Amino acid sequence: MTKIKSLFISLVLTLGVSTAIAGSHGSTHDLVKERGKLMCGSNTGLAGFGAPNDAGVWEGIDVDVCRAVAAAVFGDASKVEYVPTTSKVRFTVLQSGEIDMLSRNTTWTLSRDVDLGLEFVGVNYYDGQGFMVNKSLGVSSAMELDGASVCIQVGTTTEMNLADFFKANGMSYESVPVETNSEADAAYTAGRCDVYTTDASGLYASRAGYPDPSAHVVLPEIVSKEPLGPAVRHGDSEWADIVRWSLNAMIIGEELGITSANVDEMKSSKNPEVLRLLGVDAGYGAMLGLSDDWAYNILSQVGNYSESFEKHIGPNTPINIQRGLNALYKDGGILYAPPFR
Amino acid sequence: MSSTAIQIISRSKYYNWLVKNLFSSWVNTILTVIALIFVYQVGSFFLNWAIFDADFRYNFQGELIIDRGFCSKNIMPGEYGACWAIIFARWNQFMYGLYPIEEAWRVNLIYALLPLAIIGILFDKIPFRRYFIYFTFIFPFLAYFMLYGGPGLSVVGTNKWGGLLVTLFLGVTGIGLAFPLSILLALGRRSKMPIIKSLCVVFIEFIRGVPLITLLFTANVMLPLFLPDGVNPDNLLRALVAVTLFQSAYMAEAIRGGLQAIPRGQVEAAQSLGLSYWQTTRKIVLPQALKIAIPPIVNTCIGLFKDTSLVLIIGLFDLLGIGRAALADMTWTKLYYEVYVFISLVFFIFCFGMSRYSLYLEKKLKTDNS
Repeated sequence: MTKIKSLFISLVLTLGVSTAIAGSHGSTHDLVKERGKLMCGSNTGLAGFGAPNDAGVWEGIDVDVCRAVAAAVFGDASKVEYVPTTSKVRFTVLQSGEIDMLSRNTTWTLSRDVDLGLEFVGVNYYDGQGFMVNKSLGVSSAMELDGASVCIQVGTTTEMNLADFFKANGMSYESVPVETNSEADAAYTAGRCDVYTTDASGLYASRAGYPDPSAHVVLPEIVSKEPLGPAVRHGDSEWADIVRWSLNAMIIGEELGITSANVDEMKSSKNPEVLRLLGVDAGYGAMLGLSDDWAYNILSQVGNYSESFEKHIGPNTPINIQRGLNALYKDGGILYAPPFR
Repeated sequence: MSSTAIQIISRSKYYNWLVKNLFSSWVNTILTVIALIFVYQVGSFFLNWAIFDADFRYNFQGELIIDRGFCSKNIMPGEYGACWAIIFARWNQFMYGLYPIEEAWRVNLIYALLPLAIIGILFDKIPFRRYFIYFTFIFPFLAYFMLYGGPGLSVVGTNKWGGLLVTLFLGVTGIGLAFPLSILLALGRRSKMPIIKSLCVVFIEFIRGVPLITLLFTANVMLPLFLPDGVNPDNLLRALVAVTLFQSAYMAEAIRGGLQAIPRGQVEAAQSLGLSYWQTTRKIVLPQALKIAIPPIVNTCIGLFKDTSLVLIIGLFDLLGIGRAALADMTWTKLYYEVYVFISLVFFIFCFGMSRYSLYLEKKLKTDNS
């Protein structure tokens, strides 16, 4: 069954790739400039990552990547049209050229990168499967979960990861199968299971909605790798470069301490990398086919990675996610951008 | 007869009815009491939750509710019911999606004109009906111009449309386009010309053999892959194509049922009078067949109207999709019941309206003696 399914998917996507390649005359960059706005594939609504607010304005850290690219290309972060995509149509929507880039919590995997003809340009959120328990259990590590009942969504990779993790550590568990995220929430809060496991960001988002979020703790162990990042179509490296370095500019901005508040003062900085990034030392924008102040526009209009993180999913938001893996490499995380030179 | 006597008679009439239907035996009495308790419990719980203990725009402290933290039930859990503030805060999105709010008057205008556009088709005894029918034919173009934009009006792409606008657009346009198509399909299926007949049979059976969701995926995912680059029919339009094809196949079968109920003698009589095929069809067969087919046609329309919510799978923000987007916003997350109850209510109003209309039409058209 899975074989037939994957065969079918690859057939569809091969057709898609061949038509996309055969039909693509201009580069995506030219198309975007000509159109005057960026078509960005977003989530249909995921708290903190991408969802329209009460005023209908899209917000979230995935959305900020789209805004950064628009700021780099047009000098105006608002020139984005969001195309809501579900997990089922997201890749074909990108393949067919309906959107210029996809930025909606999509895990970078080999088969997607290679077989589906996508190009992942970086990682804007390192996710992974985690465990949440009620504080009253007094558990501080997933190693203490022997014999626990676990709420788990059936038919997902999280189910396999869970089995592997408990087996590898010689522990047993009792699984409480549920169908959807909201059902899992209901089961867990009703006490039908001791532990709730899914991607850590999902756990935080769920917890934020509980009547008493502080009564629940997400354990430090992360048992799978789920690097989420923006993707573009295979075969247009110039455009991939622009998206990749728009994201990198946000990360480097944080490294160098450039925020949307101090970006103008930083223009007179002594640090040569800051001057290169902000376009005071000219020439780097032209390499990408952009204006020299492209990164300045990103940092002044969208802000650096830390600002985006804190604003949408950080500890001061209801979602309340610690930086953890997503801290800069020098702060104990693994967020790392190649040097700007 | 004095008025007291009438009262006594009518009271005893009710009394008799009650005894006969609800308290005729011990078992019935117990069942009645249990049912009454059940209805009271559920009803009072729901009314308390939805109205008496609920927050509308302000919480019990009189503060304007700007996020779910202000909802009374989140301040004093267990004491309070629904928090309808999410519906107020997101009202524009429920009605227009992400349509620019300064342009929303265009949608309002179309909402206001929609009843005028369909009234001429729905009722035949209204004054100036002819002009209403003319308006019906102008309306689609007017609606397209007003909603999408054009000379003099800024263009609002369909990716900004959402909420009730998308639901109504898909429902009304889908049904409107499918109706003529389905008549042709039904006639084609009964045609004596083998090619036309087999084409119609294959089309109807194929469409009826696949779920709507498959058609939506096909239209959404496969269509753009086979079209040349740069030709990207709009997402909403693709969904509309799928919905229309789906509806026309089902409606065609309903109409075929009506066609088959027309006695052969009617057609033969018309032919012997020298009427052509189209004259016979238009003047003799269809008016009778459609009359018979009204209940099943309305059934499929109600079904389709509800099925439009499936488009959220392909990323369109219909009423249900926009509700889910509202729930994904940290400001309002977890107010599931409020959003789903509201959406159900909106769907109910439209579907119940259609169902009542079909009843009215059946009664009106009932000319036989059966």
